[in-house]
Parts: sequence; C-alpha cells; structure tokens
Amino acid sequence: MISMDKFKGNKTQPRQLRTLDVQNSELDQALTDFRSSIHAWSDAAFNRPRTAIAAVAPRPVWRLALSLALGCVLVAASASAGLWERHQQEMKRAAIRLAEQQRLVAQQRDMRERQARQVDQESEDLLAKVDSDVSREVPLAMEPLAQLMVEDETP
Amino acid sequence: MAQAEDNNAEEFSAVVARHRPRIFRFLLSSTRDVDLAETLTQDCFLKAHRNWSSFRGESSAMTWLMRIAINLQKDHWRNRRMQFWRHTQSNAVPLDEASEWLPSGERSVEQQLMAKERVRQVSKAVEGLSERQRTVFLMRYVEEAELSEIARATGLSEGTVKAHLSRAVARVRAELGGKR
Repeated sequence: MISMDKFKGNKTQPRQLRTLDVQNSELDQALTDFRSSIHAWSDAAFNRPRTAIAAVAPRPVWRLALSLALGCVLVAASASAGLWERHQQEMKRAAIRLAEQQRLVAQQRDMRERQARQVDQESEDLLAKVDSDVSREVPLAMEPLAQLMVEDETP
Repeated sequence: MAQAEDNNAEEFSAVVARHRPRIFRFLLSSTRDVDLAETLTQDCFLKAHRNWSSFRGESSAMTWLMRIAINLQKDHWRNRRMQFWRHTQSNAVPLDEASEWLPSGERSVEQQLMAKERVRQVSKAVEGLSERQRTVFLMRYVEEAELSEIARATGLSEGTVKAHLSRAVARVRAELGGKR
C-alpha cells in the first residue's frame, strides 16, 4: 500500500523547530508572518475563478519551412507556365510569318515565270509574224524554188 | 486487471486532491507568479500520473511530488535563462503583493503595518537567495517540512540541507536587522 502521509509536524511542531533553528523571537515572528501571508495568498490564488482558454499550439518550424518551400514551388511553376505559354505563342507567330513569307516568295516566282512565258510567247508570235511577212514578200520568181524546198523537206 | 487500473486511478485522484494545494503553494512561493505556479503544478501532476505505476512508496507521496515539482522548477529556470531573449517580461508580482495577504488577526493597525514590513523584508531576502537555498528555506518555513523530508525531496544530504538553511536564515536575519 502506498504511503500518502503528509509531511510530519504541520501544526504543532513547527514553532519548536523554528525556535531550534533561529533562536530569535523577532525572526521567529517574521517567519511566522511570512508563512501566514504565503498561505493566505496561495489559498486565494488556488480558489480563484478560472477561465479556460483554448490552447493554440505554435506551428512547428518544419511546417513553416514546408509551407515556404511549397509557396516557392508554386510561384516558380506559375512563372514557368507563363514563360512556356509565351514561348509557344512566339513559335506560332514565327511559323505563321515564315509561311506567309514562303507564300509570297512562291507567288512572286509564279508571277515571274508567267511574265517570262508571256515574253517568250510574244517573241515567238513576233518571229512568226516576221516569218509570215517575210515569206509573203518573196518574189513570184522565187516561188518555184520555194516549192522545191518544201518538197525536199518531205521524206 | 481492469479492477487494478480503477484502484490506481482512484488512488491517484486522492493524491491529487490531497496534495495539489501544497504543491501549488510551494511553487507560488518560489516563483511569485500565479500563472506559472499553476502551469508547473499541472505539469507536476501530469508527470506524476505518467510515472504513478513506478512509484513504490519508499518515501511519502508528498515528498515524491515535491521532488518532481523541484525538478520542474529547475528545468523552467534553466530554460528561461537559455531563452532570456524570448521572455523579457516576468509575471512575478512585486514583493509587496505577498505581504498584502497577511491576515490581520487581532493586531492593532500599527502592528499590522510592522508585520507587513517584516514580511516584505523576508520576501526580499528570499528573492536574493540561491535557487537551492530558497527551495530549502521555503520547504522548511512555509511547508514546515522535516530536514529529512527536505533532504529526500531535494536529493541532498541532511548536512547540506542544514548548511543551506543556516545561510538562508542568516541572510533573512541580516535583511531584518539591516532595516532597523
């Protein structure tokens, strides 16, 4: 069985003990008054009405560090996503510009080819016209010779 | 098994009801801080509850509890010294506060004033004692403990307790004498 005795000599012995310790009535009285005041103060404090306050545990350091790290990651991810999106848009614009340039180049090339073909056609027409004009101006005296040349060309 | 646990719980509840005011009083007189004394008292009984099964009863329950309270108080002051920059403000009441609680009894007004002044002087002397001297002094003159009980609670020899007590009393005597 566990002993639950209080300290011995609570009420009657203390005065004798103190006398043995201090052997001074004034000091003895001062110590008695000191004890009485502490007892009265303690009783009043112990029996005072108390209000319960919900305890809020301080945030552990590792949680603060984790929050900070997660915040940094989120900021970095947002910035990276923005930069990536901008980069993608720049790439699209560059591709559109390149395609437009290629289309213009092809258009100009077609135009040049058409003009060249037109010039060739005009030259051929002119030459044909000259040939026709020249052939029409051959003297009648040369007609039999011309017919011979035509016959020689035939296989 | 369950019956034994119930008995243990009942026994501990009785210990708390019986000794809590004394432990609180000792811690209050040591710290002069009501909130701190309450916190340390709660910590003391929490620790006691955790270790209740290992308490064999070699000393009285009060001595065992007092020993826990003294250690908690030591830890508190040590932590406070190490973290002084976090606790710049103390809640300890002024020395005059304790003397205000002195019962008037059948004394005249003049006697009451003189008694209050004596209590204030003793409080001032106690505040100037070392931690160990203060503990021994308060256990002896406030809790009225035997020297052997003080020795068991503090882990000191009786001779050392006597020496601390003698120095503490000399200091109180000097404080009282010096003011006259």
